Amino acid sequence: MTFLDTLFWFLSIAMLLSGVGVIASRSPVTSAMFLVMLFVFMAGLFALLEAFFLAAIQVLVYAGAVMVLFLFVIMLLDVRASQQRRVKLLAVFGGVAVAGALAWELILILQQPVRPLAGSDTNLHGGLEAVVKPLFANYMLPFEVTALLLLVAMVGVVLLSKRDME
Amino acid sequence: MEFVVITMAKIAVMLGVLLTVVAYTVWLERKVCAWMQDRVGPNRVGPFGLLQPLADGLKMMLKEDVLPRHITDKALYTLGPLMAMVPALVTAGAIPWGSQLPLFGRQIQCVVANLNAAVLVVFATSSFAVYGIVLAGWASNSKYPFLGGVRSSAQMISYEVCLALSVVPVFMQIGSLSLCHMVEYQTHHTWMIFMPWQWPSFLIFIISAFAETNRTPFDLPEAEQELVAGYNTEYSSMKFSMFFLGEYAAMFVMSAMMVTLFFGGWSLPFAPFNRPATTLWIGLAHVAIFLAKILVFLFLYIWIRWTIPRVRYDQLMALGWKIFIPLTIVNIVFVGIVLALWGGR
Repeated sequence: MTFLDTLFWFLSIAMLLSGVGVIASRSPVTSAMFLVMLFVFMAGLFALLEAFFLAAIQVLVYAGAVMVLFLFVIMLLDVRASQQRRVKLLAVFGGVAVAGALAWELILILQQPVRPLAGSDTNLHGGLEAVVKPLFANYMLPFEVTALLLLVAMVGVVLLSKRDME
Repeated sequence: MEFVVITMAKIAVMLGVLLTVVAYTVWLERKVCAWMQDRVGPNRVGPFGLLQPLADGLKMMLKEDVLPRHITDKALYTLGPLMAMVPALVTAGAIPWGSQLPLFGRQIQCVVANLNAAVLVVFATSSFAVYGIVLAGWASNSKYPFLGGVRSSAQMISYEVCLALSVVPVFMQIGSLSLCHMVEYQTHHTWMIFMPWQWPSFLIFIISAFAETNRTPFDLPEAEQELVAGYNTEYSSMKFSMFFLGEYAAMFVMSAMMVTLFFGGWSLPFAPFNRPATTLWIGLAHVAIFLAKILVFLFLYIWIRWTIPRVRYDQLMALGWKIFIPLTIVNIVFVGIVLALWGGR
């Protein structure tokens, strides 16, 4: 096992453990912090693939921005109510069913031989240009449409949340 | 193996220098404050009070670490100060401290991690500092720290956006996100600050940097007359001093970013300081030039702190969201047009 293999296993196991921490911990703030850890280890996996841009974006967007807002909301809510939650039978069955279906799909997919897409090279690319060039050259229109959709959604949210105040 | 050893050595040297500079920034802060208020300042420990940081550090370590009884989540309470300090130290690893040092027959680059997305890494890791303050405020389980934590997280989230958007024009001109390319470009051309179309970026960046590091006039998280001491009210001993170190290390990193982005990093605009070093002494001189430029900005931070009063909270948020964010977007378009018409590259 080389140094990079060791790092891979360390990061993967740490990531899975923090994932368990997210669902197992009672306090929502602790859960959120475990999720932040998960994102950081995931960024480590991206960095192992030499996709430094993706790793940086992963940390910047998810750990740095999204989770801070999550934490912000959790802190402003009353957390004691959720600490006393009971385990519901239906939720357990639903969760197990969804997890089982996902695992089954993953097993089916992983049994397939790896087929590279036609016309793409098999080297992994996660550098700045490899991510940004297709976005702003080949797929410019879908990218802009997505941006517009997000803007519409944002305006909608502001409108909905302000309606009560009139 | 050799790579690991060299990197470890670089990290050790970097942290040593960084923490020393940080400790002496506290001394400088007290001295400058004293001069501005017509006092003497620390002058008992060593000549000019120069050993004061050592005495302070020792005192902090020997103080009792008080854990107030109303704190329920001890893990998060301890995590707070750690998260406030560590991100700033990590960030310093992506910044080029000098060109290179010819040492033991090798060319040693004066940067711990020469990444092609260094700027994003800097913003990504420095955005972690919010967690320190948020967690400290929440885990303290008392009113004023909580208010300080909420305020601070809102402030830092807002100004992170301005900070990141304000430097986009600089990278449009360089065509790279690497901080090493940044300095290289400025050695070949001229410093960014001498290009008038980059002045708006610099102004917005420096003001947002003040807000991001919670320094006056934007030090609302620890506004004494409203919040006692804000998020660090319930902390004592080393945990308290970690917040302190974190704040000053963040100031150092932000100054380093300003130097690297706008003031030519380790270079000076004449030979032999405008190209990578060939001898050890010039290599060390580059590091010294870099540190000297940073010192100017640290002094600016301190100077402003003891000159300008604190802004009101709604003024701070209005400035961020209603003025700076639209302004940065207009600035990106403006610089884009300038570069397209006159070909700034």
